[in-house]
Amino acid sequence: MIDLILDTTTWALLIAGGLLLLITGLGLLRLPDLYTRIHAGGMADTLATFLIFVGLALQSDDIFVTIKLLMVIVFVFFTSPTASYALAHGSYVAGLKPQLDGFGPPDAHADDEKKDAP
Amino acid sequence: MLRAVSLFLVLMAVWLLLSGHYTPLLIGFGIASCLLSALIAWRMAVVDHEGHPVHLGPKIIVYWGWLLVEIFKANLDVAKCVIFPAKYLRPVMFTTKVSQKSDLGKVIYANSITLTPGTVTVDLDNDTVMVHALTEASADGIKNGEMDRRVTAVMGET
Amino acid sequence: MIIYAITAIAIMVSIALALGRAILGPTSYDRILAANAIGTKTVLLIGVLGFVSGRPDFLDLALVYSLMNFIGTLAVLKYFKFGTLRGRLSDSGKGQ
Repeated sequence: MIDLILDTTTWALLIAGGLLLLITGLGLLRLPDLYTRIHAGGMADTLATFLIFVGLALQSDDIFVTIKLLMVIVFVFFTSPTASYALAHGSYVAGLKPQLDGFGPPDAHADDEKKDAP
Repeated sequence: MLRAVSLFLVLMAVWLLLSGHYTPLLIGFGIASCLLSALIAWRMAVVDHEGHPVHLGPKIIVYWGWLLVEIFKANLDVAKCVIFPAKYLRPVMFTTKVSQKSDLGKVIYANSITLTPGTVTVDLDNDTVMVHALTEASADGIKNGEMDRRVTAVMGET
Repeated sequence: MIIYAITAIAIMVSIALALGRAILGPTSYDRILAANAIGTKTVLLIGVLGFVSGRPDFLDLALVYSLMNFIGTLAVLKYFKFGTLRGRLSDSGKGQ
């Protein structure tokens, strides 16, 4: 009984993670510019990693394997935002401007490039 | 010095968890290498409140739990954006204030912004942070300042 | 279990899409992004393959690969920014 619940949960988590990965790949291909693609890449770094490795951790019968899986999640969660920030900052400093207009209906989007917080 | 001891204990725990073989020889190697690492880090003076932030304590765990829920919601938003770009995709770029005093707090805040998909920190200045957001809604999620408040609370600053 | 194979295939398709971005990418930063994404997905693939073959020892490789991926991305970005890997970031990074 408990095995059935664990297996079902693993199926659900791994399928959700796989779907998220496919969406990520699609996003890397079809989003319009670099900055929006970074968001798509961050999706694979965070939730897809979490879902897949938690799904695998439910199937492991060795405590050390579970700990290693959780440790990979922690490492990825610590390093991926730093890499994303370095990439975004590097391309911003290099003079690559994000594409901010030309999306959707013209009246809904009339922002400046830099908008101060209210 | 106390921090170096605590760093040694943390390193030793990681060694024991990752190795999985408990013979006297291997544990001896573990103690020797962890001691050496802690000693080198202490001599390099990198074991301070930034390099080994144990003082954050259990509050950061609670914050990670909250952050995980935020990441979950933000992922669904980004997935919607990828599948229906014409309907949802409205990138904005804006600057907002950082209220943390210490560098560690600023880094935790900026990395939390980047870790939630839909918002990426592009530039971190002294007290402002420039954020690129995928939709207006995700930009509002940063602008309302809840994450800022929570990081400040974790850092123990008011 | 069959689900491991399905997940592995999904990861590989995703890697192929990221590879497409690496080939198309108009700027070199797009290519770095694609390389970073491929690295993250490789970590996932190593973990899943360890369970496919019933040898979870592969997870050690996944641990090391996730750290190597991070260091590699930062090294390439630093090289792009300064043209060299020597020197400290704090000396030459100001005022650029």
